[in-house]
Amino acid sequence: MDLSTAYDALGADLQATLSLWLIVLGGLIVIVWDAFRERDALIPVFAGLILVGAIVWDLFQLTAEPATAFYGLIRTGGFAAFVNLLLEVSALCTIVLSVPYLKRIGKDYAEVYGLVLFAVSGMMLLGAANNLVTIFVGLETMSICLYIMAGLVREDEGGIESALKYFLLGAFSTGFFLYGIALLFGSTGSMYLAEIGHAASTSTSAMYWSGVGLLLVGFLFKVSAVPFHMWTPDVYQGAPTTLTGFMSTASKAAAFASLILVLFYAVPYEKWTLAVAVIATITMVLGNLVALSQRNVKRMLAYSSIAHAGYVLVGIVAGSAEGYAGALYYLLVYTLMNIGAFGVLALMEWDNESGRTQSLDSLAGMGYTRPFIGVAMGVFMFSLSGFPPFGGFLGKYAVFAPAIKAGYTWLVVVGVIASMVSAYYYLRVLYVLWMKDSTDPAAMSNDKRVALTVPASSTAVIGFCAVLLLVFGVYPEFLQMAVDFFSPSAVSIAP
Amino acid sequence: MLQTFFPLFLQLLMAGGLALTLLLGAKYLGPKRPNLIKRQVYESGMDPVGSAHQRYSVKFYLVAMIFIVFDVEVVFLYPWAVTFKDFIAAGSGLGVLAVILPFIAILAIGLLYDIKKGGLDFDS
Repeated sequence: MDLSTAYDALGADLQATLSLWLIVLGGLIVIVWDAFRERDALIPVFAGLILVGAIVWDLFQLTAEPATAFYGLIRTGGFAAFVNLLLEVSALCTIVLSVPYLKRIGKDYAEVYGLVLFAVSGMMLLGAANNLVTIFVGLETMSICLYIMAGLVREDEGGIESALKYFLLGAFSTGFFLYGIALLFGSTGSMYLAEIGHAASTSTSAMYWSGVGLLLVGFLFKVSAVPFHMWTPDVYQGAPTTLTGFMSTASKAAAFASLILVLFYAVPYEKWTLAVAVIATITMVLGNLVALSQRNVKRMLAYSSIAHAGYVLVGIVAGSAEGYAGALYYLLVYTLMNIGAFGVLALMEWDNESGRTQSLDSLAGMGYTRPFIGVAMGVFMFSLSGFPPFGGFLGKYAVFAPAIKAGYTWLVVVGVIASMVSAYYYLRVLYVLWMKDSTDPAAMSNDKRVALTVPASSTAVIGFCAVLLLVFGVYPEFLQMAVDFFSPSAVSIAP
Repeated sequence: MLQTFFPLFLQLLMAGGLALTLLLGAKYLGPKRPNLIKRQVYESGMDPVGSAHQRYSVKFYLVAMIFIVFDVEVVFLYPWAVTFKDFIAAGSGLGVLAVILPFIAILAIGLLYDIKKGGLDFDS
């Protein structure tokens, strides 16, 4: 047997997916490192360096030709590199923000950094999958790491609630997902997205549509779209704040990227759009309306993340190259906004219960004592509500404009009204931070807020997110790049 | 289609019917003379003491999990080992060995982590 061609192919595949292997290897090293030298301070530094290496590699891959690796199981090239970059940046920011935060709450386990790396590797598989089995493996790798992270504070009832709810509901959604995969395979005879799409373009059966429906349930659960959103507020509220930021951004981005691939390659366009449009509508409306009445900022941001899932779905409903690219771009700016907002929140948190019991009023006047992160929070909140010139505005434009072009004007009207409503609860955070004094002298005397310090590393990450949001708000280079991922020529190269 | 399964249904019906008949027969026909000792929970002759809702260490689950991991490893290694001889004969044994080694290395790392973290330490 001559295996030289197989080895050549293996070498080329390993090279094309190098960032993935770098991160997996980094995670394994972190685990062994921690086993021998528990809570070594250098472990997060090492994990961060691994991610920096992966980011550099993927920056060069952005312009690579689209292709597949490992016998068509996984995509490489521009789209994959774009999603990978998003995930890696999110993970890097999370690690830098988590080091001082976890030390403060006394949970500075080094396993967290291993889990973040493993979760990112799962997300990268998920976001670049070309095969239903790859999607499933990636989804599970990601989810299991996130379940553990949600329950990191295992002595706190909120942490337990968070982890248990996430785990049980996640297990159910996995069941739906797996059944959907089985039905799709049964009706089309293939696990490859393009082949499924090819079989579906000639004829579709009830079995095929049941499979698509169950698959959608699994995806919409992971991106917390209404009516599969019930877990989101409780899970986000109970998890450690910086890790909540990671959960709400990277896992959603990966699941959305995978959903885009599935809908783009495996499902004929006309049939699913109305269903997704209806889900997008109720997601936007319910997420924003319920966020209005939240007193806890983490819970409010959880409902806001539900609403943002709705905006991304609007871009997907458009179904054009611009629409998918807009969804990807929205995920990029959403990741920066949310990581930054949760990072600021982690710095303003002083109740020793991961901010679970803190009301919005407990942050009163904190903008004056910590002006830099106060201003940064202003950037994130304005961007989340979609104010120009921040990234959030351009992101919203990028998802809404293609939807109008595709004839979904009513959907966009709902979206714009919903995001106008959202301005109320986003800007109320700024009102409390800057325009309200904590005048109660009794509260001031035993004020734990005074003792809170702002580490330089966290400041740097938050500043980085804020500056990048401004850049993405005025310089839409990445948006144009994302459009090219779905151009007919790119699709024809890598079916 | 369904008719071919008729004997099966018949057998299910008979099995269920027999069990039900015996239980009901024992309930209505049998003599009942209960006393305190008879009505106790059966504990192999011991006196049942204390509540059943007690917390106890479930260290066993760690061993069970490791067992499953290595069980799956064997499932993967068997087909590999069977074909390995052919690859040696073809002169590409080293390359095929290099492909399976990362898999085993990852499992070994997991075991190492488990031992170092005291997963197999039953006393603590």
